[in-house]
Amino acid sequence: MTAFTATVTVRLKRGVLDPEAETTQRSLERLGFDLNDLRSADVFELDLDADSADDAAERAEEMAERLLANPTIHDYDIEVAQAE
Amino acid sequence: MTITVIQFGGSNCDRDSVQALESLGFDADLVWHEDGLPEDVEGVVLPGGFSYGDYLRAGAMAARSPIMAEIREAASEGTPVLGICNGAQIGCESSLTPGAFTTNESARFQCEHVHLRVENADTPWTSQYEDGEVVELPIAHGEGRYEITDERLDELEAEDRILFKYCDEDGTVTPEANPNGSKHSVAGVTGEAEHVAVMMPHPERATLSDLGRTDGRGVLTGFAD
Repeated sequence: MTAFTATVTVRLKRGVLDPEAETTQRSLERLGFDLNDLRSADVFELDLDADSADDAAERAEEMAERLLANPTIHDYDIEVAQAE
Repeated sequence: MTITVIQFGGSNCDRDSVQALESLGFDADLVWHEDGLPEDVEGVVLPGGFSYGDYLRAGAMAARSPIMAEIREAASEGTPVLGICNGAQIGCESSLTPGAFTTNESARFQCEHVHLRVENADTPWTSQYEDGEVVELPIAHGEGRYEITDERLDELEAEDRILFKYCDEDGTVTPEANPNGSKHSVAGVTGEAEHVAVMMPHPERATLSDLGRTDGRGVLTGFAD
C-alpha cells in the first residue's frame, strides 16, 4: 500500500448560475480589477492508502459520485499524487 | 393516521410540523433519524431546518442518512412523503424527487411571504385547491433556486409534475415574482409518483390561524388522500 492524495475538484456545470461567484467578481471589479469571468469550485483533498494511483482515483471517484458532487448541477475532476 | 416527522441534527421545523399536522386532526410523531422508520409508518414529513449546518450542500448529509433508504422504500410502496424547505433539499439530494435546490440568485437568505400558483390541482398535496389558484405561503431559505436541465424540466412540465410556481398576487408568473431565480419559477415538484413531493415554501407555517393566513392547510391535508 502506498499513501496517495486524491484531489477532487467539484464545479458547477457550465451554464448553471453561480450567484456567489458573480458577487465575488463584482467585488473584485469594485476594487478596480479587470476580469472577464470568475468561476468558483470546491476542492477536497483526500489522503488514502491504495495499491495504485488508479485504485486511489477509483475510490475518490466513488466518493465524488456518492457525496462530494451532485450530478444534477456539478462536474468534477480528480487528480492523484503520491503523498509527500 | 400517524405521520412520522423525521428529525436530523439541525432540523428546526420538526415541532412546527407536528403542531400543524395535529391541528388538522392527524397524529404526528417525531422520530430521530438514527432510530429508523417505524414499521407501521403511514406518512413522512422531512421538515425544514439546517441539517448538518448545510455543510457541503443543503441537505447533502441528511440525504445519506440510512433512514433515507427506508423512506425511499416506504415511498415506493405507497407511503406519502412530503419534504419542506430543507426537507425538499434532502428529497432532491436523495433522488426522491428530480432536480436540485441551490444558492438563491440573490446569493442571500430570503425570508418573506410569496404567492404561488397551483399548477396541478390533481395531486394529494394540491387537491384542496383549484388549478391556477393563488396561495400565499412563507419562504425562508438561502438555497432554494430550483435547478435542472432544460430537457428534464420540459419533461416534468409535460408530465404535470410541477405543484406550484412563484407568481405575483394575480397569479402571473413573472421574473420579478420569482424570489430565488428558480427555473420556470418552480417552487415544488412531485417524484415519480405524486404521493411523493417536495416544496421550498412552508405550508406548516401557514396552517395555524394564530399565525395569520392558513393557505398551507391544503398541502398537509394531502396526507389524508
